[in-house]
Amino acid sequence: MLRFMLSRLLSAAVVVIGVSSLVFFLIHLVPGDPVEVMLGESAQPADRTALRHALGLDQPVAVQLFNYFNGLLHFDLGVSLHSQRPIAEMMLERMPATLELAVAALLIAVTIALPLGALSAVRKDTALDHGARVISLLGISIPHFWLGPLLILIFSLWLGWLPVSGREGFSSLVLPALTLGTALAAILSRMVRATLLETLNEDYIRTARAKGLGEYTVVLHHALRNALLPVITVLGLQLGALLGGAIVTEMVFSWPGLGQLTIEAIHRRDYPVVQACILLISVTYVLVNTLTDLAYVWLDPRVRLHEDT
Amino acid sequence: MQVMRLGLPLSILLMWLGMAAFGPLLDLQPDHIELSRILASPGADAWLGYDDLGRPLWDRLVVGARTSFFVALWVVVISALVGTAIGTVGAYVGGAWDHVIVRIIDIFLAFPGILLAIAMAGLMGPGVDNVIIALSTVGWVGFARLARAQVLSIKQRLHVEAAVAMGVRHARIVIRHVLPLTLAPLIVEASFAVAGVVIAEAGLSFLGLGVQPPAASWGSIIRDGTRYMLVAPHMVLAPGMILMLVVLAVNLLGDHLRDWVDVRTRRVL
Repeated sequence: MLRFMLSRLLSAAVVVIGVSSLVFFLIHLVPGDPVEVMLGESAQPADRTALRHALGLDQPVAVQLFNYFNGLLHFDLGVSLHSQRPIAEMMLERMPATLELAVAALLIAVTIALPLGALSAVRKDTALDHGARVISLLGISIPHFWLGPLLILIFSLWLGWLPVSGREGFSSLVLPALTLGTALAAILSRMVRATLLETLNEDYIRTARAKGLGEYTVVLHHALRNALLPVITVLGLQLGALLGGAIVTEMVFSWPGLGQLTIEAIHRRDYPVVQACILLISVTYVLVNTLTDLAYVWLDPRVRLHEDT
Repeated sequence: MQVMRLGLPLSILLMWLGMAAFGPLLDLQPDHIELSRILASPGADAWLGYDDLGRPLWDRLVVGARTSFFVALWVVVISALVGTAIGTVGAYVGGAWDHVIVRIIDIFLAFPGILLAIAMAGLMGPGVDNVIIALSTVGWVGFARLARAQVLSIKQRLHVEAAVAMGVRHARIVIRHVLPLTLAPLIVEASFAVAGVVIAEAGLSFLGLGVQPPAASWGSIIRDGTRYMLVAPHMVLAPGMILMLVVLAVNLLGDHLRDWVDVRTRRVL
């Protein structure tokens, strides 16, 4: 168990270092001179030299890489070219909004997916099952940047129930969270249905039924609890899609989070901010996935026992 | 049910293909500006109405279909070839090579969703070429992981051992005896990849990182439309509906293909 945890943490560390390096080299992948792209072609040579120096691009790549990692270790992410403010500070300001949105979307997704998937499995091949599967297929196929405007059109512009955009109070959270949570709900409900169907075929479910337990108890206490384990792994993996989707969703609703900061920085060619945002979002994702893996081992005694032997 | 599962998605896909392939042959005026018709609702002269510059929306959607189709085609072909090659070499050669490849795959998988594509498209600047490069950079990973897993199991099989024992060259073994067996799952992966790329391309264009005006993408049409939703909802509804139908059709066919290829899911899903 301990050895598994250590090796999992070690490989997460390798991935985090790799991700950081890739993000570092992204700016060098830009065809041509990044400084020229940032300043435009008409920039004065003196300005270019100044910016190149400010970004440390006039140093050898090895030195740049060292300075970059050295900065990361001290949580120093550099300074925004646009606002001249420390990037770490800017990101800390934006983080609560993104977290709030992600957690709300996650809650919505689980609240929809569990009952929908479970009902679909228990009433397999009925009209209800087919309906639920069509809904989840629609949920997977509808992109955030269309669902968002669609919800705004219906609930804000036509019905006038909820605000169009911004982040002021609970009512402004509903539409962005629903937009972001729908696709996840669709994927999860398909997963819940599939794993629950598999679980319902297990011997211990037959035993539970044979000893006269009610269908409700069998499904809820015996089957669903075991069916949820793989769902948790999928949830961890889908968090990446959630974070990626948050970028688009934040743009649709002018939600002042990290995604909006990233896109604004891209349009302003504020590359240090872009790098820092990508890095923070990716590292968060790696950490959550590692935690999911560890939680899985802790939750499933079979995996634990297997690892010990 | 069979008609729903196959006929409908196939006809949607054929329509998409037709719009992409024969769009240039049609009498379309996607860039023609009719100042008196700005934001006009669907009517007799243009059945989907006009956009914010007074251009006929249907004509622009057809051009957008071409954008999304060719981006999807290029990205999936490049990703599948590169990813399969890398994954196959890793699994077949094994050892240190495989180790390095697995690490690289892990690192690329650590970027959530289309984040890396957004970053790359943003850094390289807008344009269809850059969209294709950015999405392929992200896309190969799925194929590499799948191909690696497939080849790892196939290379243990008796017919491969027999070929090795007979002294067949490795390149020939891989091409003749290993790769054909990995094709089915890779084709399923490719079909879902098409859906992902169509959404991703539209998403990048929605964020202003994809094709540039006056070229049309469904994503950029939706973005322009969001500013005029109250007066001209057709500008958001029409491109979004067509985008969703295409993605839905691809997903349905992907599901169908997977059930057909994978006997195990026939029972469960």
